[in-house]
Amino acid sequence: MFKEYLKLDRIEGPLIMLTGVTNVAYGEFVKITVDQQEIRYGKVIKIEGDYVVVQVFEGTTGISTQNVMVQFTGKPLEIPLSLDILGRVFNGVGKPIDGGLNIVSQRQSNINGRPINPVARKYPRNFIQTGISAIDALITLIRGQKLPIFSGNGMAHNEIAVQIVNQAKIEGANEKNFAVVFGAMGVRHDDANYFKQSFEESGVLDHVVMYLNLADDPIVERISTPRTALTAAEYLAFEQNMHVLVVITDMTSYAEALREMSSIRGEVPSRKGYPGYLYSDLSTIYERAGMLEDREGSITLIPILTMPNDDITHPIPDLTGFITEGQIVLSRELNQKQVYPPIAVLPSLSRLMKDGIGKDYTREDHIDLTNQLFAAYSHVQDIWSLAQIIGEDDLSEIDKKYLEFGRRFEERFIAQGQHENRSIFETLDIGWEVLSVLPVTELDRIPEDLIEKYYQKGE
Amino acid sequence: MSEAKVELVNGPVVKGSNMGAFKLNEMVTVGDKMLIGEVVIIEKDMATIQVYEETEGLYANEQIFSTGAPLSISLGPGMLGNMFDGIQRPLKKIESISPNFIPDGIGLLSIDTEKLWNVTITVKVGDMLKGGMVYGQIQETPSILHKLLVPPNISGEVISIEPNGEYTINDTIVTLQLSNDNQYNLTLVQKWPVRKGRPILERIPIYKPLITGQRVIDTFFPVAKGGTVALPGGFGTGKTVTQHQLAKWSDADIIVYIGCGERGNEMTNVLEEFPSLIDPRTNRPLMERTILIANTSNMPVAAREASIYTGITMAEYFRDMGYDVAIMADSTSRWAEALREISGRLEEMPAEEGYPAYLPSRLAQFYERAGCVKTLNNEEASVTIIGAVSPPGGDFSEPVTENTKRFVSAFLALDKKLAYARHYPAINYLTSYSSYVTMLSDWYRENVAEDMLYIRGKMVKLLQSEEKLTEIVKLIGEDVLPNDQQLILETARTIKKGFLQQNALHKEDTYVSLQKQYKMLKVLDTFYESALSCVKMGIPLITIRQQPIYQAIIKMKYEVPNSRLELLDDMIEQIKKEYKELRDLYQH
Repeated sequence: MFKEYLKLDRIEGPLIMLTGVTNVAYGEFVKITVDQQEIRYGKVIKIEGDYVVVQVFEGTTGISTQNVMVQFTGKPLEIPLSLDILGRVFNGVGKPIDGGLNIVSQRQSNINGRPINPVARKYPRNFIQTGISAIDALITLIRGQKLPIFSGNGMAHNEIAVQIVNQAKIEGANEKNFAVVFGAMGVRHDDANYFKQSFEESGVLDHVVMYLNLADDPIVERISTPRTALTAAEYLAFEQNMHVLVVITDMTSYAEALREMSSIRGEVPSRKGYPGYLYSDLSTIYERAGMLEDREGSITLIPILTMPNDDITHPIPDLTGFITEGQIVLSRELNQKQVYPPIAVLPSLSRLMKDGIGKDYTREDHIDLTNQLFAAYSHVQDIWSLAQIIGEDDLSEIDKKYLEFGRRFEERFIAQGQHENRSIFETLDIGWEVLSVLPVTELDRIPEDLIEKYYQKGE
Repeated sequence: MSEAKVELVNGPVVKGSNMGAFKLNEMVTVGDKMLIGEVVIIEKDMATIQVYEETEGLYANEQIFSTGAPLSISLGPGMLGNMFDGIQRPLKKIESISPNFIPDGIGLLSIDTEKLWNVTITVKVGDMLKGGMVYGQIQETPSILHKLLVPPNISGEVISIEPNGEYTINDTIVTLQLSNDNQYNLTLVQKWPVRKGRPILERIPIYKPLITGQRVIDTFFPVAKGGTVALPGGFGTGKTVTQHQLAKWSDADIIVYIGCGERGNEMTNVLEEFPSLIDPRTNRPLMERTILIANTSNMPVAAREASIYTGITMAEYFRDMGYDVAIMADSTSRWAEALREISGRLEEMPAEEGYPAYLPSRLAQFYERAGCVKTLNNEEASVTIIGAVSPPGGDFSEPVTENTKRFVSAFLALDKKLAYARHYPAINYLTSYSSYVTMLSDWYRENVAEDMLYIRGKMVKLLQSEEKLTEIVKLIGEDVLPNDQQLILETARTIKKGFLQQNALHKEDTYVSLQKQYKMLKVLDTFYESALSCVKMGIPLITIRQQPIYQAIIKMKYEVPNSRLELLDDMIEQIKKEYKELRDLYQH
């Protein structure tokens, strides 16, 4: 029924170009048969009269201008969806790679999704307890939030992500309506295995859907991987009313793939060679997190990215930070001090926490305690740099107390075990414990009555 | 003539053939889905169209239709309290057509055409009307009277009027006889091309402040009604919270809030929060004076470029009724990036960092639409523009920040370091500036206090000295400094904690009247002067700090309600008294 084209004009990188093509839509999904046996897939990325440019997901190695048969399918890239996807492993375009059967379903969905109408959104307010003190108290994760982990090579981002997935207590979620969607873009095999194994050990594997595009897989597929993963997440959350935790890693590899494609297409580059539309493109991924007014389910998105050279002003973390609702930043320095999780709390932030913590959500003292801990720890930084110059001994008494506070804050409050699951009350109590190192007159961000109630005198 | 057809599709850029008769900037619909676009280049019979919607699924050879007019929006009742996309399509209406997700090809929608409005006609047969004059009015919300204005380019004699009563926006209520024998029907709505500023009688000098209730702004870096303000800051520095605070508490009559390329949840937050917030001046929900425009970051990029113009056109329309309008654009960087993205697709020659060479002129055109004016109806009114800027990496030397700086008079720089220390609003008190201080000095003198700006100047100097002293302290520690310098550090800290830091979530502190700001300043000044006289006598700073009144100063922002300012007067007396006693004690 569809016309077949047997001759290509040009092949360049992952792109093939054809002329004489009629009746083709922008973004249409394309089936390419190589040497009459191997099937690859592609997408129309430019139409100019009867000249069409197609991007091939699996790469163009082995394709000549004459050994292919190109069919235009008449629809965009869609993936079949049903509850059977739970527990399965797919590649970046939604084909099973775990040896199992294809998913068969009438429910097909375009992986690009559609933007959520802001009037249909429900503002996220429900606290998710991760059992990690630094996050729960200071960078509180909220159901339906998009909160990335800004990491660097060799730091413990994978461990933290796994710990969050294993310990997350989401309000309204139980064993039946909880799911994890995992998308891997350009990660190493052992990283992917680590996730798989950890999910297996904690017994959640039945609730996990994995979309894997590993470091040696084609880059075009890498660009569709987070979209495929989020399409599955939208289906689970908004059609099956599940609470979905989505972990996608590594956004840096994704953005690099995008840059590679952009350069092949000869586009005008902007900062560091990344395309000018990197912001819009990233947002079409991140903004798919959230909740809807008339649906039960939720998508909480935890993207992981490795900051090149630990530079938070690099375009990838920078643009991400402008779209996501905060960020969890990991610190090389804490990592070297053997603090796990090495979370640098000062540059970290959760934009949604102000509406999801406090009296009706966590505990009455949460907001003020958080502010005080931030203010005090930020003061510790100044004293540290002073101590490096004049020596600790010459510091004033109060400054010494601050140093002591800083030490305990890192060792007692931030640091915890990889399997240590602290309740929010334990976390806040530890917060007060370390804060009580400081004299009460230093607590200028906490109202009297709360100090009265929680401050531990005589420490 | 043959039909116009799609020839090329490349993201939001579409080229069509047989389009020689189309006009530049004309609005067109593309293809069977009726995607909305605008003609941006014409070359022989080919034209390039910027499409405001997702072009996925568009075929070559689909037809392109003309609408005969440039990109325009409908101005009339029904905008207040609603949220629109970048080309004025109401998002609630879209939600009712297609739940939850925004579909492509919704076609042209605008303000509600079915709703009945209770119209009072204010002219009679025989009246001569000119552009900008009022012919009717509608109480659109309890706080806003919507005046119906003759379109700027129309004038004539009233030959018939309908009785007062209920009408939809497209009903004719007044008919004019124009000078050229034609008749013109005035309805409740008029169209206006967004890229063209609405005419005014004349500009008048700026002289009154936009009172925001935010201490660091009103006292340190005031914003004028009719002024232009840039609010730059890296991510996490609190741009959006500050913009929200301004949208909530500024004493403008109308607020137009443009969420340009920002987060969906932020717009949802405004939608949930504003209806429950009460305007302190009118005692009505803030939503009744607010118009929201949302092009979230994942919505089509071309409409993001248009959203800024849609917003400013709405603002000008309400200005023409004689209102003070404030427009918040969050963020203009996303708008500039949209320009860049489209420019790249149009294969234009890039200038700095890939931005098109016309970036500065576009920015200038936008900011110049602000101003304090006499309207065509000879009323005083204003449009104030407050544009957030999101510089990559928080680096203010990038093109958008740099160029914006040239066209704005107040620059409120948000600072990462302050934000990390949770000093909010994180407006840097040293690098920010407002050139409105001089323009507004008469106003402050007459309406607040004679010495308000004098004390302000003193505080600014103290903060500057503190900055220099901090450099020294970093090297040798604070204890080594002489007492008077330590006092400067101490006072600066008090200014920061007790005055500059303001808690948007605290019910007394979220909005502070100018009177209270002045009295708080006065308290700080009294403290500094009294303490200085103690220091001069050799009284150690630690003793000064131990006075009971000292803690009270830091907490005055929370403890003294807006309604009980006399407590601050008491405090001033108390400071004088305690430190006098201290001095007396030392003399003996």
